[in-house]
Amino acid sequence: MNNKIYNNRAWWLILPMLLLVAFSAIIPLMTVVNYSVQDVFDANTRFFTGVEWFQATLNDPGLQAALVRQFAFSLTVLTIEVPLGIGIALLMPKKGWQASAILILVTMPLLIPWNVVGSIWQIFTRGDIGLMGWGLRELGYGYNITRSAVDAWGTIILMDVWHWTPLIALLCYSGLRSIPDAYYQAARIDRASRWAVFRYIQLPKLTNVLVIGILLRFMHSFMIYAEPFVLTGGGPGNSTTFLSQSLTTMAIGQQDLGPSAAFSLIYFLIILLVCWVFYTAIMNLQKDKQQDKGA
Amino acid sequence: MSNSIPTTPEAVRKQAAAADDRRRRQARPVSRQWRRRGLMTAYIVFVLLPVYWLLNMSFQSNSEILGSLTLWPQDFTLEHYAKIFSDSNWYMGYVNSIAYVLMNMLISLAVALPAAYAFSRYRFIGDKHLFFWLLTNLMAPPAVFLLPYFQLYYTVGLFDTHVAVALAHCLFNIPLAIWILEGFMSSVPKEIDETAFIDGYSFPRFFVKIFIPMISSGIGVTLFFLFMFSWVELLLASTLTATNAQPIGSVMTQTKGASGIDWGALSAAGVLTILPGIVVVYFVRNHIAKGFALGRT
Amino acid sequence: MEWMVWTTPTAIFFSAIAAILAGMTAWELASPTIERKGFLPIATTRGDRLFIGLLCAAYIHLMVVGFTSLSLWLALGISILWLLILMRWG
Repeated sequence: MNNKIYNNRAWWLILPMLLLVAFSAIIPLMTVVNYSVQDVFDANTRFFTGVEWFQATLNDPGLQAALVRQFAFSLTVLTIEVPLGIGIALLMPKKGWQASAILILVTMPLLIPWNVVGSIWQIFTRGDIGLMGWGLRELGYGYNITRSAVDAWGTIILMDVWHWTPLIALLCYSGLRSIPDAYYQAARIDRASRWAVFRYIQLPKLTNVLVIGILLRFMHSFMIYAEPFVLTGGGPGNSTTFLSQSLTTMAIGQQDLGPSAAFSLIYFLIILLVCWVFYTAIMNLQKDKQQDKGA
Repeated sequence: MSNSIPTTPEAVRKQAAAADDRRRRQARPVSRQWRRRGLMTAYIVFVLLPVYWLLNMSFQSNSEILGSLTLWPQDFTLEHYAKIFSDSNWYMGYVNSIAYVLMNMLISLAVALPAAYAFSRYRFIGDKHLFFWLLTNLMAPPAVFLLPYFQLYYTVGLFDTHVAVALAHCLFNIPLAIWILEGFMSSVPKEIDETAFIDGYSFPRFFVKIFIPMISSGIGVTLFFLFMFSWVELLLASTLTATNAQPIGSVMTQTKGASGIDWGALSAAGVLTILPGIVVVYFVRNHIAKGFALGRT
Repeated sequence: MEWMVWTTPTAIFFSAIAAILAGMTAWELASPTIERKGFLPIATTRGDRLFIGLLCAAYIHLMVVGFTSLSLWLALGISILWLLILMRWG
């Protein structure tokens, strides 16, 4: 894709988008920065505090623990969802009415509002009225997400897998469908094994969709809020309180504008770094591959 | 299918593919086919079970829900649905949600189409950085922007309107739309643009008459994702609205009454939020099944 | 504008960022950048190096503020020095 024309007039095509996104991104971001160095009571009463909030946030053991939990959670769900999603995409039928039906069923969890997802799982896992909660108890396991941190974690991960594996599966399914049949025919003539077909034909085609899928999944798992909030409320104790929930409690619940703004900025910097590293690594891999092809 | 001798290359290919399919089906061990189906069924059951439970709850009366655990509704009732459809507070929640989602889809697509075209066809100063900056907006946790948004929309007088939510959702939907559309546009050969310009098409006419029809399936897929992320988001939507534009998600929190949660109404409302999604997937299923390889290649 | 609660330091900060971006654009127009490989593991353009430098600066400041009692000016000094090194040899 190096045949793009150099033309700075392309900025005119970008402009409307830029104004709109700047309105909803840059102005609020500037405000967050302004908040973060002050103690704001209302528009007229505020004190300059300098870096005090940053100092407090970085040394807050509660928030540090939330950060560790957040990373643990994001990595866990990614390691489960990515392989599972690829597997399901490979299993999905390619033709006929079954293909459509299964596509719709598989995609369904993605289109449910996030707090409803929380409610669904709340109803499903309750010990008295929920199928899963009741079933596990009947089987003799003392399942209780309001008491046991392990149960709460397991349930949240299960919920996230239920909710988001479809995204990976959907993207991979589409990626797989874009592979021309000729590739498979050639592989059959070569008597390639199932694994070889996956490794050398399917996986390379999936790289792009997987990059998008993993990036989206990482970002969303890193800002997960509504589902655990509804399901466990962050408990038992603080065992399922993730970053977004700490932030929202601080900003909305306690109205601490300054500290929550400082926290937001640190939170944002972490995501920015992780995504930049990942994005750059992938882009460079692709560039190397193209150069190999060109050589 | 007839066994007559094919005459066109297309027919030859079709027949060969059919024969190939038959041979493959015979060659593949039956046990493996069943294993595939078994695994797929297991996953579908996993997906459907919680949803079934929600559905089951929504058709039960509250006394049955709390009384004993029943695997299907013993006395089938529609009272919860009747309640939702007769109370304007409830059903306006759906209208509000759908209104801002549609507005957002329209705005996002309108500004993302030209921008994605620029990214896919031209190099210009700062293009790569701009693209990454857009992605960072996708990463920004909505919680970060809650307070400034509230202030901002209050100041410009848009608080508690559908437009406010639609604009706020642009924050992550426009970058997403550009990202997806750019991939589709890059797969359209550039010679098409050049030929059209030589034929005397002006840019706007070329864009609307030739280019947009060529990426129609990309637009379908994009609309699907725009719908998805705007429909499911609640934190911003509920912060930016009070009563006139309240989304269904925050109406649902009212089921927490003095006498505990109204499980039946909550379930029925939940079921109704799933339906629009199913309709949308139904419409775009062919675009998805056709296959797309997203991203910059 | 009142609701944005501006302060002098943050105003200076954003003006500086805006000035840097404007300066980089002007520089780019005057002499377009060429992608090259320095001591960083990837090939970078001028803009990439600026971004990496700014991101590093943010983290340097956070580290100094959060975990030491050193002066902020020191963090700023280190950041600028590191940014210059990156721009020249990165």
